[in-house]
Amino acid sequence: MTRRLLVQKIVVAALGLALLVSAGISFRRSRNLAEPVVLGPGVTAVRQLGEYFAPIRGTINDCKLYFMEGREPGGTILILGGSHAEEPAGRLAAWVFAENGVVEKGRLIVVLSANRSASTMTRLGGAYPPSFSIPTAWGSRTFRMGDRWTNPLDQWPDPEVFIHYPSRQELAYVDVRNLNRAWPGRPNGTLTEKTAYAFMEMIRREHVDVVVDMHEAELQYPVISTIVTHQKGQEMATMAAMMLSDVEGFKIGTEFSPLTLHGLSHREIGDHSPAVSLLLEAPEPFLDATRGVTTEERLLTGQDEFVVKAGQHGLLFEKIDEKGWPIALRVGRHTSSILQIAETWTEDNPAKGLSITGVPRYADVVAHGVGHYLKNPSTAAKGKVIYE
Amino acid sequence: MVTVLYYALVAFVSLLLIVNLLKSRRWERDVLYVLVLVPFLLRLFRLK
Repeated sequence: MTRRLLVQKIVVAALGLALLVSAGISFRRSRNLAEPVVLGPGVTAVRQLGEYFAPIRGTINDCKLYFMEGREPGGTILILGGSHAEEPAGRLAAWVFAENGVVEKGRLIVVLSANRSASTMTRLGGAYPPSFSIPTAWGSRTFRMGDRWTNPLDQWPDPEVFIHYPSRQELAYVDVRNLNRAWPGRPNGTLTEKTAYAFMEMIRREHVDVVVDMHEAELQYPVISTIVTHQKGQEMATMAAMMLSDVEGFKIGTEFSPLTLHGLSHREIGDHSPAVSLLLEAPEPFLDATRGVTTEERLLTGQDEFVVKAGQHGLLFEKIDEKGWPIALRVGRHTSSILQIAETWTEDNPAKGLSITGVPRYADVVAHGVGHYLKNPSTAAKGKVIYE
Repeated sequence: MVTVLYYALVAFVSLLLIVNLLKSRRWERDVLYVLVLVPFLLRLFRLK
């Protein structure tokens, strides 16, 4: 090898090493970013998902469960944030519940990172920001951006064909890592299937009455701004949607879970447990195929001129203008929807009712911002801060 | 088990890319091999 050739190799290898190190540091930081949770006055216990299914114990998906138990007995509602981690309104709404909520009657179980593995990476080739920060009066709180699917570092490779268990329905191969295609799970399946199975075990053992799975959707997706409900919850979801649309100042509809579309929480949880299963969809332009550059600002403001243009061509299922869909609107929709669902459930089932206080409704979150409802970890009492 | 095999495949392809990088005499090819190698190493080192 000549001296010139040797120098050429060293220069190119150095370039590659620089790329590898800079990208590697960013990915590693993103995967290990600790997200503080300041336990609110209503949190009475923090448990782990692995307590309900041993094979999940100690894995990346052994997520925390925040129990908020009222003094008066009643029903149990489980709210799931982070089934799809790249839909941050669901996770943030769960955070708002965990840090602010107080349950007077019944029991609320809050999950911030249902598929924790999915929160540790961003979409391959999507150029997503590794994290995002929510401004507060005392500084800011930073969260992992996350992805729709379980991190391939935790479940790999993907098969050519994904056959859903137990229906044997063929689904898109990449959805083998999608928690919301893995319900009701399989005890000896993939990490994603085991995670769903662990949640099903928890739902059955804790006698959960209602499960609400919080999501966001692109505006080009027809299932948007809606409550998707299992047939067991059709009346409750319809009443809740009517009340929200009439009283809260935002439009939300109801969709009935298709009987033959498998793997989704609104179908399988209701089919495989006594619980009523619902799924909330809020609009997130950041996920649209016609979006602009995937910046943190676009994620939080929900403003996107390209998506607006798509709307002008009649390609969207939800309205959008230059004001976009700010994160406060999306989080507020979720907090109000859950509170309304709890109220409607209580009206129909007074003996198994819930009474939740301290959680802001849509108008409050829009007026004050999400950051207003996130507590300062540095001033929290000792033992009140834990990490997701 | 299949995951271990896939990591072995990644290691093998990484090795082939490094051998080709050392053998090549054109800088354009060197750059190409390095760019292709980076995602393989990120997976091998469990970074992405």
